[in-house]
Amino acid sequence: MLNYAIKRIGLAALILITVMLAMYAMVFLVPGDPASLALGPRATPELKAQLIERMGLDQPIHVQVANFFSNALRGDLGYDVWSKRPVLEQILEVFPNTLFLGAMALGWALVCGIALGCLAVVWRGTAIDTVLGILSVSMISVPSFVIALYSLLIFSVWLGWLPAIGAGEPGDWGSQLRAVILPAFAIGITWVGYLARLVRASMLEVMGANHIRTARAFGLPESRIVTRYALRLAIIPTIAILAVGFGSILSSAVFVETVFSRPGIGTLITSAVAKRNYPVVMGTVLFMTAFYLLVVTAADLLIARLDPRVRDVFRG
Amino acid sequence: MSSVADPAPVARAPRSAGALWHLLRDPMGAMGLVLVLAFLAMALFAPWLAPYDPLKLDVMNKLQPPSLSHWAGTDQLGRDTLSRLIWGARTALGIALTATGIAGAIGLVLGLIAGYGPRWLDAVLVLILDSLSSLPMIMFALAVITVVGPGTGTLILVIVLVSIPGYARLIRAQTLTLAASDFILAERTMGASAPRILFRHLLPNVVGPLVIVLSMDIPVVIMLEAGLSYLNLGVKPPTPSWGNILYDGYTSLRQQPSLVIAAGIPLILATIGFTFLGEGLRDALDPKLQVRPR
Repeated sequence: MLNYAIKRIGLAALILITVMLAMYAMVFLVPGDPASLALGPRATPELKAQLIERMGLDQPIHVQVANFFSNALRGDLGYDVWSKRPVLEQILEVFPNTLFLGAMALGWALVCGIALGCLAVVWRGTAIDTVLGILSVSMISVPSFVIALYSLLIFSVWLGWLPAIGAGEPGDWGSQLRAVILPAFAIGITWVGYLARLVRASMLEVMGANHIRTARAFGLPESRIVTRYALRLAIIPTIAILAVGFGSILSSAVFVETVFSRPGIGTLITSAVAKRNYPVVMGTVLFMTAFYLLVVTAADLLIARLDPRVRDVFRG
Repeated sequence: MSSVADPAPVARAPRSAGALWHLLRDPMGAMGLVLVLAFLAMALFAPWLAPYDPLKLDVMNKLQPPSLSHWAGTDQLGRDTLSRLIWGARTALGIALTATGIAGAIGLVLGLIAGYGPRWLDAVLVLILDSLSSLPMIMFALAVITVVGPGTGTLILVIVLVSIPGYARLIRAQTLTLAASDFILAERTMGASAPRILFRHLLPNVVGPLVIVLSMDIPVVIMLEAGLSYLNLGVKPPTPSWGNILYDGYTSLRQQPSLVIAAGIPLILATIGFTFLGEGLRDALDPKLQVRPR
C-alpha cells in the first residue's frame, strides 16, 4: 500500500511540474510579450516597461522559470495586472463558493442518482427500466448552462421564489442556501444521469454473484438485497467516476456561475480571460489543476485501500 | 482495459448493414439518428431553410414574441431568431465536426506511435498526454483563449487540444492490446514491415472504437462551443451561434423571455440527438467500450 501511495503521489507531482512548465512555455509560444498582451492597445512604452519589470520579464529565462517555481511553491501566484492584489488572495476569497456549489450539486446528484439506479435494478428489464435509461442519457446530455438559464427564468424571474444573482450574504446561511439551490440543480442534473447508469450497471454485474444468490436463498426481499448487498459493490466505481468527473463539474460551474453572476472560480477566471489578465488566469488554472490532482490522487488511494486488486495491478 | 490479450471485442468490426439494423431497432439510436440527420440538413441547407437573412437588422421590430411572420420572435436588434438558430446549426456542427475530425486524426497518429513505437517515446508521450488530461478541460481551454485571443479559429484549436489526449490514450491502449495478439505476432514472424503492420492491421482495427468515441464527444464539443460563445469567448457576434443567441436572450430575459427559450431548444435537441446516436453506435458496434465523463 505504502509503495503504491508513493508511486501514485510521485506521478501526480511529476504531472504538476509538467503542467507548470507547459503553462509557462505557452506564454512564450505566442507572438508578442505578455506585457503588451495584457495591456492591449493601451500600452505605452513606460507602462509596458513598468509591467515587464513587475512581472520579472526582464530577467534571463532560467531565472524566470526558477522564480516562477519557487514562488508558486511558496503560494505566491503573482499579482493582478489591474488591481495589483495578490492572485492567491483573490482565488481563496471565491474558492469556498465554488466548492460549496460543487458539493451541493454532487450531494443531490448522489442521492437521486443512486435512488434511480436502484429503481432501475429492482425493475430491470421492464418498461420502467427502459424509461429510466432514456431519462438518464437525456440528463447526461443536456447542457447545464441551458438548464441554469431555464431555471433562472422559471424560478427567479417568473415565480420569484429564489434569487437570480449572487451567492447570498456572507455569514447568512439561509440566504447562501437559497442562492445555491438553482445553480446546484443545474450542475447536478448531468450527474444524476451518470450515477444512475453507473450504479445500475455495476449492480447488475454483481446480481448473479454467489453472495446475492445466498441472500435470495435465505428469502430476503429483493429491495433489501439491492440496497444492502448489491449497492456496496457500486461504491468503488462511483468514487472513481466522481474524481475523474471533477473536471466536468468545474466546466459546468464556470458557465453556471456566470449565468447566476455568482462569485466563484468560474466568474473570476472568465472575467480575467476577457481582460487578458494573465497572472489571474495562470494562477487560477494552476491552483485548480493542483486541486484536481489532489482529488484524483486521493480517490485513487482510497480505491486502492478499498480494493486490493488495484494495488496489485500497479505493482505488476 | 483488461490485461488479457483478447482482441476479439475490439478487433472485429461488425458488417455495417447489421450494425445499421441494430441501431435502427434501438429506439434511442433511431431517435438520435433522426435528430442528427435533421440538424445536418439544417446546417447544410441553412441558406435555403432560413426565412430571413440572419444578420439583417430591423430595430423597429425588436424583441418580438413568436408570431406568424417570425416563428421564434426577434432579438434585441430585430433579427429573426429562427433564421439565426438555423444558421447557428451550421456554426455548431461546422466547428464540432472540423475540430473532432482534426483531433481524431492527430490522436490516431499519436496513439499508434505510442502504442507501437519505441518504449522511450511511449513513456514521453504518456507523460505529456497524462499531464494534458489532468488539466481540467475548461481551465486549459480558458488558458489557451487568453494566450491566442478569442475567435472561431481559437475555438477549434482549443477543442482539438483538449480532445487529443483522450483519443491518443484510447488508440494507444487498443494498439497495445492488439500488438500482443497472435495475428500480429504471426505477421511479424513472417517478416511483415512495421508500416505494413501499422497501416494494414492495426489502423483498421482501432478506427472503430475511435469513431464511437468521436461521435460521443460531439455533444460535449457542441456544449463547449455554445458555452464559450455564451461567455463571448468563442464565436464572435454577429455570426450566429446558439451560445451567443442564448447570451442575447439572457440580457433581454426580463423584457422578452421567448428569445432565451427558443435559443435553448436546438442546443438541447442537438446534444440529446448526438448522445443518443453515440450510445446507439456504441451498443451496435462495441458494447464493452468505456466512455468517461468530460
